[in-house]
Amino acid sequence: MKLVYEISRPGRKAMEIPAGDCPGVDPAAVIEAGLLRDELDLPELSEVDLVRHFINLSRRNFGVDLGFYPLGSCTMKYNPKVNEDIAALEGFTCLHPYAPANFSQGAMRLMYELRAYLSEICGMADFTLQPAAGAHGELTGIMTIKRHFENKGETRSKLLIPDAAHGTNPASGALCGFQIVTVPSNAEGGIDLEHLREAMTEDVAGLMLTNPNTLGLFERNIEQVADIVHGKGGLLYCDGANMNALMGIARPGDLGFDIIQLNLHKTFSTPHGCGGPGSGPLGVKVPLVEFLPVPRIIKTEKSYVWSDEYPKSIGAVRSFFGNFGVMVKAYTYIRSLGAEGLREATEDAVLNANYIKERLKPYFDLPYDRTCMHECVFSGERQVKESGVHTSDIAKRLIDYGYHPPTIYFPLIVPEAIMIEPTETESKQTLDDFCTAMIAIAAEAKENPELVKSAPLSTPVRRLDEVLAARKPDVCWLK
Amino acid sequence: MSYCPHTEEDRNELLRAIGAAQLEDLFTDIPDRFTLKERLNLPAALSEQEVSVLMAAVASENMVPRMTLLGAGAYNHYIPAVVRHITSRSEFYTAYTPYQAEMSQGILQIIYEYQSMIAKLTGTQVANASMYDGATAMAEAAVLAAKSLGHSRIVVARSVHPEYRRVLSTYAWANGYEVAEVGFTPSGRIDVNALATAVSDNTAACLIQSPNFFGVIEDVAALEPLVHKCGALLVAGFTEATSLGILKPAGEMGADFVVGEGQSFGNPLNFGGPYLGIFAASDKFLRKIPGRLVGMTVDKEGNRGFVLTLQTREQHIRREKATSNICSNEALCALAAAVYLVSVGKNLKTLAVRNLEKARYLKTRLLELPGWEEVFSGPTYNEFVLRCPEAKEVNEKLRKQRIVGGYEMARAYPELGEALLFCATEMLTKDGIDAVVSILK
Repeated sequence: MKLVYEISRPGRKAMEIPAGDCPGVDPAAVIEAGLLRDELDLPELSEVDLVRHFINLSRRNFGVDLGFYPLGSCTMKYNPKVNEDIAALEGFTCLHPYAPANFSQGAMRLMYELRAYLSEICGMADFTLQPAAGAHGELTGIMTIKRHFENKGETRSKLLIPDAAHGTNPASGALCGFQIVTVPSNAEGGIDLEHLREAMTEDVAGLMLTNPNTLGLFERNIEQVADIVHGKGGLLYCDGANMNALMGIARPGDLGFDIIQLNLHKTFSTPHGCGGPGSGPLGVKVPLVEFLPVPRIIKTEKSYVWSDEYPKSIGAVRSFFGNFGVMVKAYTYIRSLGAEGLREATEDAVLNANYIKERLKPYFDLPYDRTCMHECVFSGERQVKESGVHTSDIAKRLIDYGYHPPTIYFPLIVPEAIMIEPTETESKQTLDDFCTAMIAIAAEAKENPELVKSAPLSTPVRRLDEVLAARKPDVCWLK
Repeated sequence: MSYCPHTEEDRNELLRAIGAAQLEDLFTDIPDRFTLKERLNLPAALSEQEVSVLMAAVASENMVPRMTLLGAGAYNHYIPAVVRHITSRSEFYTAYTPYQAEMSQGILQIIYEYQSMIAKLTGTQVANASMYDGATAMAEAAVLAAKSLGHSRIVVARSVHPEYRRVLSTYAWANGYEVAEVGFTPSGRIDVNALATAVSDNTAACLIQSPNFFGVIEDVAALEPLVHKCGALLVAGFTEATSLGILKPAGEMGADFVVGEGQSFGNPLNFGGPYLGIFAASDKFLRKIPGRLVGMTVDKEGNRGFVLTLQTREQHIRREKATSNICSNEALCALAAAVYLVSVGKNLKTLAVRNLEKARYLKTRLLELPGWEEVFSGPTYNEFVLRCPEAKEVNEKLRKQRIVGGYEMARAYPELGEALLFCATEMLTKDGIDAVVSILK
């Protein structure tokens, strides 16, 4: 498709600016000439051209509303429509963050209550809603840990992270000045306790653990893990990206975690918007509450007010209060589902993942054959050995069958990884159809590997040259 | 309300296929003493109808203002109808990050178009696919400068948005960097002499905003030699993106990074978020900038296509060696901005002029009030600071008429005393402004 710049014709307009009703001003008369711009290179389109351009582009995009999207670790569940409508209410969208608090009492109550709901779900003392995404929550969490030790007058320079962790974990730790120490996984996909004991010294601030981990497996030794970390004065951080496996079943706070970030855009059904906005609230146990970001909402007898009176706070990690529009959707979701609905969501998510695991087990290697939680991780090694078909080929072929591929090549500890997270909002028919497609592709890989390697065949473009894109980067239209 | 489609029969069928007798069998890896024996203590579930009524009530506990005279980093602009129609396409809003390029050409092309428009607007060669907001965009630029130069001092103008400085100081503390503030002159611009003494050969970056928090337009070109002479990088921000319709972009005046808040481009106030962090840079930083980048390429048949590119910069490949940990961004807000910019097109200049006119009229009228005076002498765009007899009382009078007044400068600048930062966008009318003045008379 043509670019907007290629459709542009001089003089076309999609939007009129109302005529001025105040005295006219010539910018050159009030601003020094050297500070004014010479040209404004924006495209010129009529409204109908604009609409057709973007709508046609939308037809070249795939979302959950079009079909099954089992992208592991991303929790691509259905995004309820009513949540979108509610977040678009003028009473929410019109609010200026600095308007006097009497304008925004409803919004502040919503945020205050959302903090309480998330605390109850996770077994934490309190939450901050300020972080704008999961990785931002992680960063805020590691800052909180850093401040905790500063406050105690302790210098701890290392942070432990399992080899199966999301890439954001080591990056978040390093951005707070910690030296990252990798802890290997054991044969059953859990954390290696012997190694952990060795690595967990008194200059280690803590362990960042995803539970269930990125293999979709619950860390069975969580009690021992917590004891080892706490025994040396460290803190146990939970990457809550996989919280969809635990809602109403178990609470990270009860499991021994001191701190957790959630991804409202995963567990709490807010849409991912092609990569954002997300929201990454951070929950902590009592001793860490005083370090959370400011400002914080407090409830007085009469109203909700903002407070900066937390002298030990790490400060602010984002302007204003976070991604409020996302919070509205998550709040609505929790109110819709209630305690039983959240538990049911988790149960069905786990049920669906185990069903897929059992159905596909005969056709793909399953490196860790255990009951899984909300996702399961296969390996495409058998296909590589048999016919030279790689996981990336299987993924591309799935597109021809009408599915978004699973997460591939992650976690890094599984070669040719295929990470499938079906979520709870998919029916048995959808799961069966997907499994049928995967089984058909496994057969194609044996019988007609070239077909699989040449996929996708049904998309507007074929496989794209990523090497060229990186070698000769073209990231801006210059014509 | 439940969004799970399974019937009891479905569940039993799935359990049988798995070889489990009951759902509990799937959770046996969790030590029994940790499993919840009781329901979570949450309000009862609601149907869609009930939750709609409830949430409409929550929304109505907020007050929809009659008029907004407040900017200070969040701006009330008209949003063309096309923006919400396009961002409401669920092919966009229910998609994840475009990892599978062949089925994500729609958003990938739009991000490429967004990057192109932002680079041209900011006078740079590269713009990423977005950051969380203006404040984190600025903080990440400072961290990147420090990491790539190996310097540990960051110099920031005190006229930069107070929240941006607060976020900067958090990021700097976490990384072990020192932050020094440089004051302003009676013009409201950065104090160039103070800047000259503040920068040293250990300075990684100098951070300014134009228009700055006072609404005053900085002379970026005059600062540039001073910053680069000591080997530091110049990070120029903006709080009000529509100013780019008339102002010379900082990228054309030697800024290494141009960062700012893009909310003004098609995103509602939304009580502070989601917003759009704009991050643009000179092309020498192409392989270092944080966040996602979309590049144009070809498929195996030679057709044009788009992919996420230079991913070796990113955390999922570089892990602890990455200079940023950003993963999720604000893609849907960037989509809104792209649609907005195409809709407004070259009219962005007319829109900016309209903002300038309304702001000048508001300023002129307010200055008629006894005891009101201008605080700064420098040129302004759509925001300005006025000294007035009692800032709180002014805002209280306006609030009673459901008007959101100015930002009380004493919150962040006690040295300015009784002063308010006002903003006028195209959303104000002459009649409205006259009404404001009558209320305050």
